[in-house]
Amino acid sequence: MIKLQNVSKTFVTKKGKVEALKNVSLEVKKGEIFGVIGYSGAGKSTLIRTVNLLEKPSEGTVSVNGTELTKLSPNKLSASRKKIGMIFQGFNLLKTATVYENISIPLRLSGLPKAEIDNRVKKYLSIVGIESKSDSYPSQLSGGQKQRVAIARAIAHEPEILLSDEATSALDPDTTEAILDLLLKINEELGITILLITHEMKVIQKICDRVAVMENGEVVENGSVLDVFTAPRHETTKRFVNSIFHHQLPEALLTKLKETGSIVSLSFVDNTSGEPTLALVSKKFNVFPNILSGTITQLKDVPYGKLIVHLQGDDSEIDRAVEFLEQQHVLVEGVKRNDVKNKRIS
Amino acid sequence: MSKISEFLDLWGDQIIEAILQTFQMTSIALLISILIGLPLAAFLVLTRQGARLENKYVYGFLNTVINVIRSVPFIILLFFILPFTKFIVGTSIGVKGVIVPLVVYTAPYIARLMESALLEVDRGVLEAYEAMGIPTKKIIWNVLVRESRPAIVLGLTIATIGLIGATAMAGLVGAGGLGDLAYRFGHLRYEADVMYVTVFLLIVLVQGLQTAGNVIAARLRKD
Ligand SMILES: Nc1ncnc2c1ncn2[C@@H]1O[C@H](COP(=O)(O)OP(=O)(O)OP(=O)(O)O)[C@@H](O)[C@H]1O
Ligand SMILES: [Mg+2]
Repeated sequence: MIKLQNVSKTFVTKKGKVEALKNVSLEVKKGEIFGVIGYSGAGKSTLIRTVNLLEKPSEGTVSVNGTELTKLSPNKLSASRKKIGMIFQGFNLLKTATVYENISIPLRLSGLPKAEIDNRVKKYLSIVGIESKSDSYPSQLSGGQKQRVAIARAIAHEPEILLSDEATSALDPDTTEAILDLLLKINEELGITILLITHEMKVIQKICDRVAVMENGEVVENGSVLDVFTAPRHETTKRFVNSIFHHQLPEALLTKLKETGSIVSLSFVDNTSGEPTLALVSKKFNVFPNILSGTITQLKDVPYGKLIVHLQGDDSEIDRAVEFLEQQHVLVEGVKRNDVKNKRIS
Repeated sequence: MSKISEFLDLWGDQIIEAILQTFQMTSIALLISILIGLPLAAFLVLTRQGARLENKYVYGFLNTVINVIRSVPFIILLFFILPFTKFIVGTSIGVKGVIVPLVVYTAPYIARLMESALLEVDRGVLEAYEAMGIPTKKIIWNVLVRESRPAIVLGLTIATIGLIGATAMAGLVGAGGLGDLAYRFGHLRYEADVMYVTVFLLIVLVQGLQTAGNVIAARLRKD
């Protein structure tokens, strides 16, 4: 659906060159929700803006639905852009227009007939759930409501793709949840492919099928959300994954516990529930598991849990227990001694 | 009472004629100045650094021309461009002859005022419309100008008041108006009453304009 091939973007400023994107290749498949996560300045916005050519890549090609946008004439590009909706962190609505007008004006400027415009405005206002605010001005709406208007405006063009540039970053946690639910609904019910960028792990966790992690203008890791969460390889990815688990244990306690055994982190995916397996460990081996901390969370629709466990016992028994756990499809990671200094362990 | 009717009998017609001349000069010059100034402002905004049609040369050229014209006081401009005026409208006197210098004086001023009005529009909104595949021409009118209407109205109010001030000097080329009346009769012929009345009328006019401008701008502003 969306294919970026070896895309680079260099900004030339007075202070020098900024390489915002370095040879990025990415493919978003039809019907999926693809998330790009990265810290501030990683180049996420630049990346998403190259998809509809708000930013012209310095090198590389951008194709949407098999059409190479980088080669189109301005007129043809305009036509292609109508099939790509976009929403923003700052909503970007007309302040002097009502909610209704904010959706109808772009449709009118795109040359739709009047009756059709009215139909669409009403239809999409109801899909995003703000029919009652039709005559309000943006200044009279909450952030969440403004984002709903922006979403309605984007999907009223009935695009195949929706690009979301930090659409929930300006919203509080509850509103974020609600907007993410709406995006999920749009993806599932209207079949719109979504490419979103964010710096919040919970966004990826809640609605994305696949994820790419960006750092310094490069995609450093990319794959299904489940794979990336359960087996993060790159340092940045690990930091993001850890950000959703808050295992903060006192250092003194860790040092003390290590004298009598090992501390390991166990990850469970899907129906592999942690507790019974741990119970078996204590029965089968001469090892006493002691759960220090644990979180079970949801990856889109798969449960995913992580436990920090103290295994008390002899080294040989612990090794056998770990082997057993791995046979049960539990991901076991030991905590190295020098990690303890970081306090937050995984 | 009788004093007032006496005054009106004597001066009424001339005052009314002067008011009409002022209105005529102001409105024609204003209209033409907007037609020139607003597109100029759009050009300035679109070609400035970091904008969509960034162009150092176009921006630099327009910017300099506007600054140069804006440095010349109207009374000097009026005479300085006499040949140009004559070339454009065939005469350099009367209402017709004063419109050209008034426009040359006001259009760059309006361009500056409109430029700052248009710059108030959030670039994100323009980008959202660009992302929807809407052509730049339509974005200029339906987003850029539309969103800055309150600031545009306030800017035009200021420009109109400045323009009325400039028309006071139109008498120098025989175009009449309130300023001319005050000068010829009030000053040169010591008719203090005429002076007072024209000053009073000008105050009312300017106050009225400013109030109207403020009210319209407030109505258009929705935040
Ligand atoms: N128009 C521009 N001109 C010059 N440099 C730019 C421009 N846009 C972005 N950059 C630079 O490119 C780099 C990547 O910026 P980008 O906005 O893509 O980051 P981001 O990942 O979206 O960050 P954030 O989370 O803060 O939005 C930054 O170093 C930024 O300063
Ligand atoms: Mg960004």
